[in-house]
Amino acid sequence: MIAIIDYGIGNLASITNALNKLNIKSIITDDVDEMKKASGLILPGVGAAGEGMKNIKERKLDKVLIETVKRGKPFLGICLGMQLLFEKSEEGQVECLGVLKGMVKKFRKERKVPQIGWNQIKYQKQKMNTLQLFSGIPNDSYFYFVNSYYCIPEDSSIIAAKTIYGEDFASVVVQKNIVATQFHPEKSGKAGFNLLGNFARNLLC
Amino acid sequence: MLAKRIIPCLDMTEGKVVKGIQFVTFRDAGDPVELAQRYDLQGADELVFLDITATVENRNILVDVVRKTAEKVTIPFSVGGGIRTVSDMKLILRAGADKVSVNTGAFKNPQLITDCANAFGSQCVVLSLDARKVKEGRWNVFINGGRTDTGISAIEWSKTAVSLGAGEILLTSIDTDGTKDGFNIELTKKVSEKLSVPIIASGGAGKLDDFVKVLKEGKADAALAASVFHFGEYTISEVKNYLKKKNIPIRN
Repeated sequence: MIAIIDYGIGNLASITNALNKLNIKSIITDDVDEMKKASGLILPGVGAAGEGMKNIKERKLDKVLIETVKRGKPFLGICLGMQLLFEKSEEGQVECLGVLKGMVKKFRKERKVPQIGWNQIKYQKQKMNTLQLFSGIPNDSYFYFVNSYYCIPEDSSIIAAKTIYGEDFASVVVQKNIVATQFHPEKSGKAGFNLLGNFARNLLC
Repeated sequence: MLAKRIIPCLDMTEGKVVKGIQFVTFRDAGDPVELAQRYDLQGADELVFLDITATVENRNILVDVVRKTAEKVTIPFSVGGGIRTVSDMKLILRAGADKVSVNTGAFKNPQLITDCANAFGSQCVVLSLDARKVKEGRWNVFINGGRTDTGISAIEWSKTAVSLGAGEILLTSIDTDGTKDGFNIELTKKVSEKLSVPIIASGGAGKLDDFVKVLKEGKADAALAASVFHFGEYTISEVKNYLKKKNIPIRN
C-alpha cells in the first residue's frame, strides 16, 4: 500500500487514477499512522511553496514526513512535492522540509514562465537504483512539466536526470530511498506510467 | 527542449461533444470520454474541454465527464465553461481536471483570476479569451460565447489577466474559428510576444501547414483544433509527424 499524502493541495485524483491503472494499491491520507504503515509515500503537489508548507505544518505532517524519510521508507516527491524536500525555496523565501540539501530557485533565462508542457529528460549517471527507476524508459523521453521554480541540490551527484529550459535543471533526483521528480509522472503518458510502476515495484521487492 | 503542444478541443453541451462553426451551428461529434481516450492514444499532448452551454443543470453532467475522463486518460486536461466562483473551480479540479479555464466570469469579475490562482496556483488557471477584429490592428474581447463586444482590447485584457495570476492564455480568434482557413497568425504573434506565459492558439485549423505557421510565425506554444480531429481529417499523429518534418520540437 502506497500512501499519497493529502495536505490539501494538488490534484490527488490524478495520482490515484494512475496507480489504479497500474493495479497498485494506494490510499489518500493525512493520517500519521497510515503513513507509518504504508510501504511507500508519495508527496504530490502543485501550487505555491508557502501554501504547501503552511498546509503541511497545519496538519502537523512535517515531523513525521522528515522522520519517515530519514528512516528509509521509499519516498516519491512530485513537482512541488520535490521542491518541498529541499531546505529553502526562493518562492516566498520559505523554509522547507530540508531532507535534501539545496535550494529552490526561479527560472530566469526563459521568457515564458511557468514552463508548461512536455520536455525531455537526460540521464546523468547510472546508479543501480536509477537504472531500475528508468527501466523501459529511453533517455530523452518526454515528461509533462508545470513549474516556475526548480531545485538546485547541493550535492550534484544525487541528480539522476536533467532537463533544459533556458538553463539545465535537475528534473529527477535520487538519494537512497528518496526519488523526486520535477515533472508529473501521473500525467506523462506511457513514460510516466513506467516510472511510477518502477518506483512501486522497487519498494515491493 | 520544451515541445510544442497539439491539443484537441472538445466543445460539449449536455455531456456530448459538438463543434461550432463561428460559434453558431453545431454538429454532433460524439462521446467526450471515448474521444478523449482516442486522442490520448494518438499522442495528444493535452486536452481541452469547453462546456459551451454551461448551465447549473449541466454542471453535474460536466463533473461526471471530468471524473470519467480523469480515470481513463494519461495526459493533462483543462475544463472550462461557466466558471464563476472559486468553488466552481474546486469542483472541477477535485473531479480530476488539471486546469480550469475562465472566460466571461473572469472578465466580469477579474478578482476571480486572483482568487483561483491563490487557491490552486497560477498553473491551473487558464484565461480563455475570444477575440474578434474590430479594425486594422485592433482586436476586442468578446464575451458570452462570442456574442458581446466588451470594447476592451484583447491584448490589454490578456496582459491584465496575467498580472492577476493567469498562468496560460487560450486565445481563440472568432474571425478564423471554424473557417479552416488557418489560425490568426497576426493576433497570436502579437499576444505571444507581449506576454510572459504560454499561449494556446485556437480557431481556424484546416491544413497541416496551418499548424506549422501558428507555431513558427505565430509564436504560439500550443495549437488547438477541434473539427479536423473530430471528423477524422487528420489524426493527431499525422499532424505531429508533419511538424517534426518541419523541425518543430514535438513529443514523439
